[in-house]
Amino acid sequence: MSDSETKRPSMELNDKNQEPVEISQQAVRGQLTGKAGKNYWRSLDELADTPQFQEWMEDEFPNRSTLLNINRRDLLKFMGASMALAGLSGCRGVFLPQDKVVPYVKAPEELVPGKPLFYATAVTLSGYATGVLVEQREGRPIFIQGNPDHPASMGALDSISQAEILNFYDPDRANNVIQQVNPGQNLLGDVSTWEIFNQAAQKALVAEAASQGSGLRILTGSITSPTLTRSILAFLKKYPNAKWHSYEPTGRQNVYAGANLAFGKPVDTLYDFSKAKVIVSLDADFLSSTANPGSLRYARDFANGRRVSGLAGSMNRLYSFESTPGLVGSMADHRWAVKPSDIFSLAMALAAALGVAGASPVGKVDQTSIAAIANDLLSTNGACVVVAGDQHSADVHAIVHAINAKLGVVGNTVTYTEPIDATVTHRTGDLKGLVEDLNGGKVQTIFIVGGNPVYDAPADFKFAQALAKAKFKARIGLYDDETANVCDWLVPTTHTLEEWGDARAYDGTISIMQPLIAPLYQGKPLMEIFGLLAGKPANTYDLVKGYWKASGRFKGDFEKEWRSAVHDGLIKGSAAEKITPALNLQLTSLTPTKPSSGIEIIFATDPCIYDGRFANNGWLQELPKPLSKMTWDNVAMISPKTATSLGIEDASVVDLSCNGVVVRTAAFVQPGHPADAVTVYLGYGRTRGGVVCSIPNGEGKSGEGDTRSPGGFFNPVSNFDGGGFNAYLMRTSAAPHFSTVEVKAVGGVTTVATTQGHAPIDGDHVKQFASDDREVIVEYDLDDFNKNASKYVEERKAKSKEIHDANMYPDDIYVYNGPQWAMTIDLNTCIGCNACVTACQSENNIPVVGKVQVARHREMHWIRIDRYYKGDSENPQVAWQPVACVHCEKAPCEPVCPVAATVHSHEGLNQMVYNRCVGTRYCSNNCPYKVRRFNYLNYSDNQRQFDVRVDEKPRIPLLKMLNNPDVTVRGRGIMEKCTYCIQRINEARIESKKAAREIRDGDIVTACQQACPTQTIVFGNKEDKESQVAKMREDPRAYLLMEVLQTRPRTSHLAKLRNPNAEIKSVTPTETNS
Amino acid sequence: MAQIFRPSANSVAKLSLICFAIGVPSVWLAIAGLSRSPANTKQDVPLNQPVPFSHQHHTWELGIDCRYCHTTVEKSSYAGLPSTETCMSCHSQIWTNSPMLEPIRTSYETGTPIQWNLVNKVPQFVFFNHSIHIARGLNCNICHGPVNEMQITWKGNSFQMAWCLQCHRAPERYLNENITKPGQSPRQQVFNLYWELQKDGVRGLSIKQRDLERGEFTGSDDAEDLAKGRELVKKYGIKTQQLADCGICHH
Repeated sequence: MSDSETKRPSMELNDKNQEPVEISQQAVRGQLTGKAGKNYWRSLDELADTPQFQEWMEDEFPNRSTLLNINRRDLLKFMGASMALAGLSGCRGVFLPQDKVVPYVKAPEELVPGKPLFYATAVTLSGYATGVLVEQREGRPIFIQGNPDHPASMGALDSISQAEILNFYDPDRANNVIQQVNPGQNLLGDVSTWEIFNQAAQKALVAEAASQGSGLRILTGSITSPTLTRSILAFLKKYPNAKWHSYEPTGRQNVYAGANLAFGKPVDTLYDFSKAKVIVSLDADFLSSTANPGSLRYARDFANGRRVSGLAGSMNRLYSFESTPGLVGSMADHRWAVKPSDIFSLAMALAAALGVAGASPVGKVDQTSIAAIANDLLSTNGACVVVAGDQHSADVHAIVHAINAKLGVVGNTVTYTEPIDATVTHRTGDLKGLVEDLNGGKVQTIFIVGGNPVYDAPADFKFAQALAKAKFKARIGLYDDETANVCDWLVPTTHTLEEWGDARAYDGTISIMQPLIAPLYQGKPLMEIFGLLAGKPANTYDLVKGYWKASGRFKGDFEKEWRSAVHDGLIKGSAAEKITPALNLQLTSLTPTKPSSGIEIIFATDPCIYDGRFANNGWLQELPKPLSKMTWDNVAMISPKTATSLGIEDASVVDLSCNGVVVRTAAFVQPGHPADAVTVYLGYGRTRGGVVCSIPNGEGKSGEGDTRSPGGFFNPVSNFDGGGFNAYLMRTSAAPHFSTVEVKAVGGVTTVATTQGHAPIDGDHVKQFASDDREVIVEYDLDDFNKNASKYVEERKAKSKEIHDANMYPDDIYVYNGPQWAMTIDLNTCIGCNACVTACQSENNIPVVGKVQVARHREMHWIRIDRYYKGDSENPQVAWQPVACVHCEKAPCEPVCPVAATVHSHEGLNQMVYNRCVGTRYCSNNCPYKVRRFNYLNYSDNQRQFDVRVDEKPRIPLLKMLNNPDVTVRGRGIMEKCTYCIQRINEARIESKKAAREIRDGDIVTACQQACPTQTIVFGNKEDKESQVAKMREDPRAYLLMEVLQTRPRTSHLAKLRNPNAEIKSVTPTETNS
Repeated sequence: MAQIFRPSANSVAKLSLICFAIGVPSVWLAIAGLSRSPANTKQDVPLNQPVPFSHQHHTWELGIDCRYCHTTVEKSSYAGLPSTETCMSCHSQIWTNSPMLEPIRTSYETGTPIQWNLVNKVPQFVFFNHSIHIARGLNCNICHGPVNEMQITWKGNSFQMAWCLQCHRAPERYLNENITKPGQSPRQQVFNLYWELQKDGVRGLSIKQRDLERGEFTGSDDAEDLAKGRELVKKYGIKTQQLADCGICHH
């Protein structure tokens, strides 16, 4: 027994096959020179192509060798036991307890058991609303999708908003009023009640009333809700000396400061990309939901400007100057990787080239490219736009306002509104002022609403120490987090899905929010809490309705119009009024950013967990970040060139010293990253706030056994459960977005869970496929395509015919009958935003597996977005390719299944029958697209969702409520894959049959299609020649993924087009920052 | 050195071979038998309920339509179980003091739902939809047995997959038209059988209707019926092959 104990398959990451492949950067550079411009590659390891990498790459299931350690006798015992149990499993009825069925006492109106109900509401991110429809089944909200009528959604939805449903069911949410007698001791306080809290708060407030509230402070995040703003102001009215501070760690202060410079007042800038033919982005990731509240709308408009159908078309052109590689850079026709400090010079150079008064180029800038861009902008006659990233300095924003004014695009592609964020106009101070007051002993009573300043305030504020000086500290929020830990009171609020409310979208549209369910816990809505504090308890519904009744916005019958606003989830036509602020700016007065020597550090919002507030969300933690495909961690992203000069490699352990703080992390070599710069994502390294986000370092299985680390050191970033490191520790109020850093390699390599090398399908880098001529990505330049499209179509047809003629399979294996399902994915419009991945996860009950499992290639996402690089590793071009099961007509997975668990349907679906599957994994082995996912462990039993649980509180029932009742929850040992959302197909089929009609085009919308902001995915019946999918399949750009394998996929991809400017030949990054 | 095996070892060896030859198949057969027996499937096993509700009394004797209680059977996958309020719509007027109905009254007063024992169920990986079966005119009793004769409800059929496939592979054997009243939609005919029963009792029913009512209809092999059935398959646009695709029920 002791023998088998020691040989037991290790759960550690140090299995032989999981050694990260150590590659020399020289090898990479060597490979680059030969390959640049020809082939696509997905990681630098792939480019270097070492023998170890080959071995790792071709092994679909690394670390399975450990399973062979089981000896023969054990194997026979297991086999015998499994066979006996398999027989008995057919007799469950004999010994399982009697099931109960529980009807309602009074059946609710409208609810039909088994049918979903949809309610329009909105979810907010940093205050800004996105309109959504929430699917409710038998009273449980289970799925969030976009509201097609809402201008900020247009029916699409980003990952974070979709994952709100998981936050809602999060068992770690604060569920009681908690009082802490000794705050900051890391002890859970005593469970208290609202009455006791209210008494204590009233006592503190009475004391404040004497001094008219001079010791009273409120700290909030951004708020756009008019009713909540009124509640807060009403509460503060009694205390004229009290102050309202607001703080967003990655807020838009610079945007407003820039507007102040340019216009003398803060304004919000809206873009209309549908009218823009040329777009210049100065480090603005307007396609990413974490970077811009209007991203869904912008992505739709941007993609519409790039949609080409038929043999010729026109596209907008995107130039991007980018620091951290993001979505905009990946879509750019010309991209320059630049350090953040260069953005000012670039903006100024562009202004000068366009002839903006007072602009003169500063610093070293590639003038030819700038001149070419300026010409291109001017040639559009105002159908263009220049966008600056929110994180950049006020000066940059001011210059861009001047540029847009000069281009004459204001009122066309650029419009201005009064600030949507109410705190911009109503707050009386920022975080800095609050900290000064706290340190000055001026604050006695503080209410911290939302946010998490103890974790995310600039390090130099030492917020926790300052906060300790206040006497009465109440933390009103969703989680027992770092801030709650040092407060006297933790006061739970309700989740968005539990409350009435209102909020404004990026364009000011007023969204009305309604509750989907009664609060799960003891939380109260913010408005009610403020009502309670003000001594005027009121119900949120009355408050919201009362506000809008008094607002005079509804002209007709209020009751009727109000009901329709609640039904629609928004007040129609309530977008903010456009204003035309007068530009009053002297460019000469701006001081140029000093060009930095040394390495710059970029503190960026995480594309998945935002500023850390979603760190307890397993879906978002496991979502591969768009470019790096990193999960569960943050790392120090550096360019290949910088890595070479620092002598470090992928996953090397490095120390970052910045502002006097040293943080240890793993380096990640990110192609396309500017040289001499490091990007770290914020939001990781949480110490409190739930099981997922704050598995303590040093606990669990981390560290020990990691033989690759010198001296058994424990790397805080890469403990195997994720968690990362806290980048806020290095961030100061003086330099919240960019600073300088020293990077030092400490030796050793660690493990990061990136999915970028998983599931290789192409012939370029898997030797055994090399002779296949597998076609994975197809792309053309627009000009070339417009000229030669017919030729390309002919060529493709000829090639297809050749492949078809060489086919050795008989054509009539299957009888096809009825509608034939097919999907098209347009690579030209895919922005790689991951919305489809989360939508699929939510719709299809896909489990979260944890970092250890991801590192073992065991992530379960049914759809993945492959990201291919092309060209120079310092600034490669990017192509996105979403791949889910392509439903081959001649599916290689089917003949190899010994139990016929994967079989073809007459509608052309490649069906996966879970109840038949015995888990041989032959199908996955034989799948050339590598889209099948295997449940190695019982992932879907949510208690074990993450490999290590620090406590074992019962958490199961709540997360089970999240499951879609129309999709089987898969257990251990079962293979699964994309089903084309067969549950939606079946529902549509049954409904059409009951109505005695055919299924119409558009009746079936798959989850990924629904979420996609750019309408890249189209699904339908290919036999219906009028259907959109049939037309897309016939498009000249349509091709079948790896057609040469004769699998005849039902999913077609459409070739990517690029629209480069002929005047700009080179796209190397060295032009601007050498 | 002593012999390792004594002569008796021969017998032991033979016996163990025989036991193995008999034992393995018998265990196999026993398990197979058990899984098909009512002990496992619960077919024909009346199940006691918190309130001894009689379908016979309510549907046959009183003539209450199925849909009075199973409200969503035509609309949704789920047939629906009546809320306590539905029971109370009559029982607040009649049998108001019956001790048998005490749980109903308690439930209504306290707002606590009644926990009925689940009689008919399919495994979690099976997605059965009532509404489409009703829309195709399949009588309740074909699957649920003679419900209108049940004092205490039992499961009329095994609900094992082989049983489902009898119809899903050959729907023409089960489809009937104008079995009760010409010119009615298939959906209407489903419930019309019970009206016929109300009129003249069992004697008023044709042989086929009688079979249906008793839950003994297991498909017709009569050439005429089959021809009619095939016509209906065509008329309804049922794609028979597709009906046995895995994805029709499993997803």
